[in-house]
Amino acid sequence: MNRLIGIVDYGSGNVTSVVNAFEALGFSARLSRDWAELKESTHIVLPGVGAFGAGMDRLKGLDLIEKLEREVLEKGKPFLGICLGHQMLATLGLEFGEHEGLNWIQGRVEKIDTGRSQLRLPHIGWNHARVLQPEPLYRHMTESPCFYYVHSYHLVPEDPSWTSAVCDYGVMLTASIQKQNIFGVQFHPEKSQPEGLQLLKNFAELA
Amino acid sequence: MLKNRLIPCLLLRNGLIVQSKQFKRWQVLGNPTTAVRRLSVWASDELIYLDISPDAVYDLKRDDLNHPNRGSLAEIIRDVAKYCFMPLTFGGGIRTIEDIRVRLGAGADKVSLNTQAVLTPTFVTEAAETFGSQCVVLSIDAAINGENRHEVKIQRGKEWTGLDPVEWAVEGERRGAGEILLNSIDRDGAMKGFDIGLIRRVVEAVSIPVIAIGGAGKWEDLAAALSEGRASAVSAANIFHYTEQSVLNAKKYLFSQGFNVRDPKLLEDKFRDKSSVHDPTLAWTDKRKCIG
Repeated sequence: MNRLIGIVDYGSGNVTSVVNAFEALGFSARLSRDWAELKESTHIVLPGVGAFGAGMDRLKGLDLIEKLEREVLEKGKPFLGICLGHQMLATLGLEFGEHEGLNWIQGRVEKIDTGRSQLRLPHIGWNHARVLQPEPLYRHMTESPCFYYVHSYHLVPEDPSWTSAVCDYGVMLTASIQKQNIFGVQFHPEKSQPEGLQLLKNFAELA
Repeated sequence: MLKNRLIPCLLLRNGLIVQSKQFKRWQVLGNPTTAVRRLSVWASDELIYLDISPDAVYDLKRDDLNHPNRGSLAEIIRDVAKYCFMPLTFGGGIRTIEDIRVRLGAGADKVSLNTQAVLTPTFVTEAAETFGSQCVVLSIDAAINGENRHEVKIQRGKEWTGLDPVEWAVEGERRGAGEILLNSIDRDGAMKGFDIGLIRRVVEAVSIPVIAIGGAGKWEDLAAALSEGRASAVSAANIFHYTEQSVLNAKKYLFSQGFNVRDPKLLEDKFRDKSSVHDPTLAWTDKRKCIG
């Protein structure tokens, strides 16, 4: 199977490192906002850093949402959201007001509750994930791989069985979700060295 | 819980990696990307790249060893980012929002601001509002002045500012900096240990993470900056350059002493078991490719 990782370029920062990571793993990756190019890819990655509402506005502005839905929800193409790209999978985002998300994963993106822990936000740095569903993203990893996080909000899915890993930051955060061919990770695998690269490799190897 | 971080720092002077002593003397160590490959072997948690060039000339002065010459900082950052699968901070010579945009666009995750932040403190706020506090590091170079007090210096350590480093760190946080990179000019390259007293005072005054740099001569010094200094992260340059797998050994030491750092055992296993991750970057450990 000829794999081509299509990375959605919707004007969010830090996308080059996602391309670099897939290329270092030996996969072809293409960063594009042109649907003709993205449609050819076998896997789709939605990266992103920034605020929920602004991210959704940019996706809408590029007229990509319905097209992505056709490929991912109808045709079942493997999809990975990273950080903001993971959060935008939710029904609703609560950062700077209420914003509608893609609603591929029913749930809400809420501010991390640090009321009891008094920990600082954003949650920045290396932290362990506790893996609940090792297959397929956490294949060939320990039960608590370490990843690099930068965020203040996290996705709380309506169905807890969609949560594939959690992370302890005073409260249990959603580290990643999965629902059929749809995957999302709150951390940055492209900045998380061997375990991050392993996760990207596991994703890229999905049929 | 969040890990304490170990962060190798690379100093770039007119396109080459150098070792620095008290901001006055420099010894050339090699090419900017091979050094990254060597230090990026997995035990590092982040990488800080500081451009200490007195002018904007970036000449690797060699076209051998398959290293193409590089004429601009953005090109160097792009090269570095290709091999850097961890957070990358770039600092030095940043004067404008556009300078930050260029560095982030080329692959940096954060920038560190120093001289321009002192000259125009609103620059810190503007940078934080434009790109987010998480990518704005306030870099503070402190030295002991004639009155035996700590004072902030700018322009690569050449000018006194009259600022107290603790007060300046507090103001930096208020203005939107997400982290403080605290250096001691007197300790730079001296390998006599960190300025623990200053680190502790800054850590206690701010609520953002403090990265301590300047003076590490042995692994115990790194431990002291974390335990006595209470820094969130420790950084060093010279100490990591001359020995094999130095970052991994430093990490192992900190882990063995009970510090909350990433488990070096796991990193080492990955590092050795080349079959588990298809990773051409592991070829960095091949010494023939580490000639820099």
